[in-house]
Amino acid sequence: MQRTALLAISLTLAAGISAATAASVNYKTPDETAAFKPGPNLEVVQGNCAACHSSDYIATQPPMKDKKGFWQAEVTKMIKVYGAPIDDADVGKIVDYLAATY
Amino acid sequence: MFDRRDLLKGAGLAALAATLNSTKALALDTVTLPFANGERPLVKYPQKRPMIGLTSRPPQLETPFAVFNDGPITPNNAFFVRYHLAGLPYDLDPDKFTLEIKGKVDKPLKLSLKDIRKMKATEIVAVNQCSGNSRGFSEPRVAGGQLANGAMGNARWRGVPLKTVLQMAGVQAGAKQVVFAGMDGPVSDKTPDFAKALDLDHATDGEVMLAYGMNGDDLPFLNGFPLRLIVPGYYGTYWVKHLNEITVVDTVYDGFWMKGAYRIPDTLNNSIEPGTTPKATIPINRFTIRSFITNVTDGAKLKAGRTTLRGIAFDSGKGIKDVSVSTDGGKTWASAKLGKDLGNYSFREWKLPVKLVSGQVELRVRATSNAGETQPDTPRWNPAGYLRNVVETVRVSVA
Repeated sequence: MQRTALLAISLTLAAGISAATAASVNYKTPDETAAFKPGPNLEVVQGNCAACHSSDYIATQPPMKDKKGFWQAEVTKMIKVYGAPIDDADVGKIVDYLAATY
Repeated sequence: MFDRRDLLKGAGLAALAATLNSTKALALDTVTLPFANGERPLVKYPQKRPMIGLTSRPPQLETPFAVFNDGPITPNNAFFVRYHLAGLPYDLDPDKFTLEIKGKVDKPLKLSLKDIRKMKATEIVAVNQCSGNSRGFSEPRVAGGQLANGAMGNARWRGVPLKTVLQMAGVQAGAKQVVFAGMDGPVSDKTPDFAKALDLDHATDGEVMLAYGMNGDDLPFLNGFPLRLIVPGYYGTYWVKHLNEITVVDTVYDGFWMKGAYRIPDTLNNSIEPGTTPKATIPINRFTIRSFITNVTDGAKLKAGRTTLRGIAFDSGKGIKDVSVSTDGGKTWASAKLGKDLGNYSFREWKLPVKLVSGQVELRVRATSNAGETQPDTPRWNPAGYLRNVVETVRVSVA
């Protein structure tokens, strides 16, 4: 009798748990495959940029005449507008990489 | 939220991907959008057919343009996806989901999805279009998501009027705007969370809707499951996804995504001299009127003689009065036959039998709304690449 009751309780629990699990969306995006192109200061760029967004954000930007000015403005925007915690010492390195690579 | 582990994870992912150098290897295929640096992978996400991949984190997917030739309703699995911030609510539980209505209301509410589904439902067919749709065609080019014309779609949305929910909560005197926020958020707590605002009279116009249904199904996860805002005639930036927070305020909301981003020049046609900076700006708002040929692609080779051109048109809600088509580069125009009217906010199909003569031919299409709005011959320009609605030209070889 006691065992039956226990079994019933554990079944209920199991049902409860599985129902809760099934209710979550648990959406899975495909593995991130976009990669930063090789270039100077690559590791600085990966460490700073990849925390918030994938590298295709950068790779799909249009080819601009003034590459350095364009990327300087983008990095400044990431820091000032979006609060990217980029060390002052890294800003120039990131801009150089972006201007040389994209 | 922004901890070292996240940083390392991001860097680790990037390093791993760099080793594999696998963008092309794992993509189903690539497509090349018709502007410089337009190569994109075709990618497959759950609940979606192969889509044009713009970015993977956060996910941004563009609809392959051929889909728009299949009918006036864009299937859920082909509907474009746009996020700003990479913190998506991947594990959300619809049974625990609540929508909070708060701020300057008499009775703050917390509604479950069941509560909302029990209310009297309404439906509307409406186009959602990303503010940045067609940005890749901006000349001079501008920074931002480089999209061709596939960041738009038309669906039958099902839900409840926002007005009803606000009435239940009792909006207090002096309220000015309603602010909307979703469950998606930034990776760093220094990044402004995404929130948008509408004036109170707009929010209570009876058309703005809280939708849980899309084309007879639940919203796909990437289109805002389980609840999103529908703002007919307005750009997608206002159609907040995973909507869980509505706040009535007695001020003009000045959060970054209203005051700092999604701004257009405060000028005639919201356009300025290409390459310049506007003196004053206002929040982006209603769609400009657009039309497309959907059954002939640029560069196609066609046979001389009779054929039928078809496509779609839409505006911000006055409805399409006329779609005119030119097969001689804009010298002469003929009115197309409009398809079934699914409502003023919907894509309107059109078709026109034409006779093509041999040579290099420029096909053009131009819509006019019931309010008289039409499309310009030269593109308007603004620094964010918004509002594009130039008369579209499709160049074909006829023999």
